[in-house]
Amino acid sequence: MSLILALIRRDLMLSIRQGGGAGTALGFFLTVVVLLPIGIGPDQALLARIAPGALWIALLLSVLLSADRIFQQDYEDGSLDIMTMGPVPFEMVALAKAVAHWLSTSLPLAIAAPILGFLVNLEAAAVLPLTLAMALGSIALSFLASIGAAVTVGLRRGGLLVSVLVLPLYVPVLIFGLSASDPGAAPGLTFAALLILAAIALVSLVLSPLAAAAALRAYLR
Amino acid sequence: MTMQYLANPTRFLRLANALLPYLWALTAGLLVIGLYGALVSSPPDYQQGETVRIMYVHVPAAWMALFVYSVMALASAVALIFRHPLADVAAKTAAPLGAAFCFLALATGSLWGKPMWGAWWVWDARLASMFVLMLLYLGYMAIWAAIEEPHRAAMVARIVALVGFINVPIVKFSVDWWNSLHQPASVFRMDGPTIAAPMLWPLLVMGLAYTFLFLSLHLVAMRAEIAARKIRQIQIAEIGER
Repeated sequence: MSLILALIRRDLMLSIRQGGGAGTALGFFLTVVVLLPIGIGPDQALLARIAPGALWIALLLSVLLSADRIFQQDYEDGSLDIMTMGPVPFEMVALAKAVAHWLSTSLPLAIAAPILGFLVNLEAAAVLPLTLAMALGSIALSFLASIGAAVTVGLRRGGLLVSVLVLPLYVPVLIFGLSASDPGAAPGLTFAALLILAAIALVSLVLSPLAAAAALRAYLR
Repeated sequence: MTMQYLANPTRFLRLANALLPYLWALTAGLLVIGLYGALVSSPPDYQQGETVRIMYVHVPAAWMALFVYSVMALASAVALIFRHPLADVAAKTAAPLGAAFCFLALATGSLWGKPMWGAWWVWDARLASMFVLMLLYLGYMAIWAAIEEPHRAAMVARIVALVGFINVPIVKFSVDWWNSLHQPASVFRMDGPTIAAPMLWPLLVMGLAYTFLFLSLHLVAMRAEIAARKIRQIQIAEIGER
């Protein structure tokens, strides 16, 4: 357990000190959200209506663009090879790296989303449900992204392929995330959507380390 | 037993070559009977009129899109668990066929939707999950295309296929879980089909025809893939001799 915590700490430290990690993802998030009103027009009522969906899609794209950082560098400099031989099961290494990605990138993005919401006229009533839904949903986003990152780790132009592979898997998160962020919905419905988001997060937490580790092994042999 | 017996590509090819003429004949016969039933003998629907005939191509294509993905996932699991040498070939060659069936289902559904729903495409659970299935097929094929080393591509593609399988039950039950514009299941139901008999038998025959069409095409594609691998090995050996 302490070894896994050490792995998470190492990855968090790397992402903070190296730069280009969480900060860049936040910058990308901000840019997409700013571009949207420019592209759609400044109509406040329209912006308020599409704000949750726009923020969710910007979140998906930002998480996805930062996904290659989960394994890429450690694959290139050989750290992953050493980790396969270490005392920690390789599945747990994949788990630790996805958790680190969630803590360093997805969770900060989810917390920043309602603040950026002011740019797209997000309703005040939607702020709390949106934050909750995104905090829960971002767990699944990070774990699913780790599958995509592992599957394309040894490819030269993996970035586009990650999007094609992972975005279809993001659809359930997007659907239930949006219904959980709707302030006009009945309270029971919001809660049910949150529960389903939590279920998706748990399933991806269990399955994605297995899939990611198996894919990484294919590249490390 | 048969699975291990057929692990030898030569034996597999001998069996495939022996079976293929019969499979093609069966496919052609079923297609003729099914199309006669669908286009000539079955009555027009009391609400949909003649457009109901699109159903006889649309519904079996959608069944096959799901069936072929299941075949792909099963073959991937067999490859992962038993290291069966032909399972990867089966999964790889099933993908373009499944994508074609999926595209056919989406296209015919769209053609039917325009006169019936008034729109080429509506965003609801069944249509969206079917579209995701199409994307999963394309992603799986992209993995095979992107990774140059065949053995590594096979290992990675297995995982992609198995992860994507999660979408298959979502497509199947999307009409039950969400309020969908799409019709709920009317053939494979616990309480028996709710579709009238003169329409049911052409639909089932078409379903069988599609299944045998897939089997025939799949065997041909697997044969071609095995030949392609042999050529690759011969070429590598020739380079080695130089």
